[in-house]
Amino acid sequence: MDPVILSRWQFAATTIFHFFFVPVTLGLSVFLAILETKYVTSGDEIYKKMVKFWGKIFLINFAIGVVTGIVQEFHFGLNWSEYARFMGDIFGAPLAIEGLMAFFLESTFIGVWIFGWDKLSKGAHAAVAWMVAIGSNLSSLWILIANSFMQNPVGYAIRNGRAEMTDFGALVSNPNVWHQFPHVVTAGITTAGFIIMAFSAWHLLRDQSENNEFFKRSFKWAAVFALVGSILVGSIGHAQGQFLAKSQPLKIAAMEGHWETEAPASFSVIAIVNQEKQENTFDVKVPKFLSLMLFNNLTSEFKGLIDLQAEEVAKYGPGDYIPPVTLSYWSSRTMIGLGLLMVLLAGLAVWWSWKDRLTDLKWFLKIMIPAGLFPTIAITAGWLIAETGRWPWIVHGLQKIEDAVSPAITPGSIVFSLVAFVVLYTVLGVVGVALMLKYGKSDPAISEGKGE
Amino acid sequence: MDLNTLWFILLTVLFSGFFFLEGFDYGVGILLPFVAKTDRERRAVINTIGPVWDGNEVWMITAGGAMFAAFPHMYATLFSGFYVALVFMLAGLIIRGVAFEFRSKRDNPKWRETWDWAVYYGSLIPAFLWGVTVANLMQGVAIEADFNYYGGLIPLLNPYAMFGGVVFLSLFITHGASFLAIKLKGEIQERVKALSGKLWIAAVILTVAFLAWTYLATDILNNPGWDGLIPAILAAVALLAYGLFLRMGREGLTFLSGGLVIVLATVMVFSGLFPRLMISTLDPANSLTIYNASSSPYTLKIITIVAAIFVPIVVAYQGWTYWIFRKRLSPDSSDLHY
Repeated sequence: MDPVILSRWQFAATTIFHFFFVPVTLGLSVFLAILETKYVTSGDEIYKKMVKFWGKIFLINFAIGVVTGIVQEFHFGLNWSEYARFMGDIFGAPLAIEGLMAFFLESTFIGVWIFGWDKLSKGAHAAVAWMVAIGSNLSSLWILIANSFMQNPVGYAIRNGRAEMTDFGALVSNPNVWHQFPHVVTAGITTAGFIIMAFSAWHLLRDQSENNEFFKRSFKWAAVFALVGSILVGSIGHAQGQFLAKSQPLKIAAMEGHWETEAPASFSVIAIVNQEKQENTFDVKVPKFLSLMLFNNLTSEFKGLIDLQAEEVAKYGPGDYIPPVTLSYWSSRTMIGLGLLMVLLAGLAVWWSWKDRLTDLKWFLKIMIPAGLFPTIAITAGWLIAETGRWPWIVHGLQKIEDAVSPAITPGSIVFSLVAFVVLYTVLGVVGVALMLKYGKSDPAISEGKGE
Repeated sequence: MDLNTLWFILLTVLFSGFFFLEGFDYGVGILLPFVAKTDRERRAVINTIGPVWDGNEVWMITAGGAMFAAFPHMYATLFSGFYVALVFMLAGLIIRGVAFEFRSKRDNPKWRETWDWAVYYGSLIPAFLWGVTVANLMQGVAIEADFNYYGGLIPLLNPYAMFGGVVFLSLFITHGASFLAIKLKGEIQERVKALSGKLWIAAVILTVAFLAWTYLATDILNNPGWDGLIPAILAAVALLAYGLFLRMGREGLTFLSGGLVIVLATVMVFSGLFPRLMISTLDPANSLTIYNASSSPYTLKIITIVAAIFVPIVVAYQGWTYWIFRKRLSPDSSDLHY
């Protein structure tokens, strides 16, 4: 078997699995820090109870995020050593800074947060919660600075057979970072909101009267969180799409399943993509809408995949420069469709929480339970677009995926590691989800004080 | 001093911190089934490192990140060349990390026993494999002219490297025992202390034998670059001091000498390598050095500034956490969270 394909599968498996859990912790760490601050300022014990209860869900996710993160850190050397050699001068620095600035912060203070309830003052403990939240979200900033270079290289020169950093400021201020980072952070906030609403809805449907106040209050906070998050994630995503139209036109053309150049460009709602024939065999279009979405007017030209492919061949030589279109197309429909649906659901959730009508609207609560998974699905779809849309590049325009893989590893050893990791992730996933369900469905009145 | 040398020293600092801190974490994990008999006792043992293990592990992650940033060729050669060994190590670290969080999440004894074994193997495997890795670095591996090591796993499991793994295990276990001695109280602490004497004797014998073998099989102790011999002698002295303080019942000083052994041993390895990072046994010209494996001066300058700011801050707040959690634990403590 081909080591490139095996290594790609392994990287995909690790990254996707890692990012099932990380967004939950990105958002939930902020949510918990806010609630704990509210506890300190109001003195109301219910907020402490909420922090402790949702804190368990947070910690289960955090643990899985941490251990899969270790694999991520070493993956570039393990399977992608040629990438590490070519890109180390640029890619290593943000990773090292991530460790020094963010991992230390979140990992040190998470221990203080878990074990420090009786050892610190209320205020100091809340400050520790903020350290964890800042550390977690800062780590996403640095890894996205690294990732953004792969999407949109800036501040570098090709010297000594590798990409060398010439402008650290350009690396940090890469416009790709400042679309991607807020997109990821607000996606995390949305994720946390929907997960808390899902568990709260489950409890409210059971109507355990003594806990109703607890879960209504949790639901209300989470709803506001999810509404703010989902509106922002959508707006930023929209801006990101407009940016991609300039920086990675092939990625956005694949997302839109757009083969022909068109002015004004129509937006495809549903299509069946045939990548071999380079056409859509079935396509429902809205005229001019794509021009409006990407260029804010009804006239602009949108370059199709066929013309873009020809441009890339002229620029980089013969080769296939078209990303997997069906995957990008359906991932983008999934992401955007769920994103819009989540704005609607979060809006209704806020409204009905405000009117205190949740317990009357059982059908709505029933929808909100599976909706807990929507953010995770949308985020996975988003990353599939971002990472497969770079095809065939590992670093856009500079290094191809096939040139990045480690020469020293054999297919046999990759099969071994791939199987080992997938088995481990499966076990962790099953156990992690089972524990989340156990604690998410537990009675906050009972589980309190058990010291677990 | 140029930035390449500075980053070589910083890498030594990060690995010293990693082996010092994770050394006792691994040691505690390995000692778990031997010193703790009941569930409450096992819980107490795990909770001694509960608040700190995650922060300690970041020393390894940051050492890896710093290696990537400062010496990308070393990162590339080491991790792709030692691939299978590292996959085992990562698997160990994965099960260990979640085990801490998961073990007390259910009351079922089978469940807890399973995760306790995960802590044990998740500490044993990485500790041993780090020893194997470091011993191979000291001895050199067959690095080709393209900077890759194509030999796979089997040549890495040579007798000297395996012995290095055993020595690492022994030092980490000894270190972990002295950590438990300062963190526990009551009967279980007595049990740990009774074991410490035997562990120390084993560590002395293994270390002396390993140093002799190192002298014969490698040039680490007579490296023309920097001298590995002086830190080696100091490490041996610190190890003897460990035994002395152990007899005197000075728990804090015993722990510090154990830590010093590990730090000095790390310094010995790096000094003995300098200015090489990875020795090629095929041709000295293939060896990775702090010059031919490094990042550009510009990148080194950037990460130097960041490290100069953040390393002291990290040390300060991690030090603070050890102060917060200085209280000893016993199996009937009320504040066991894991």
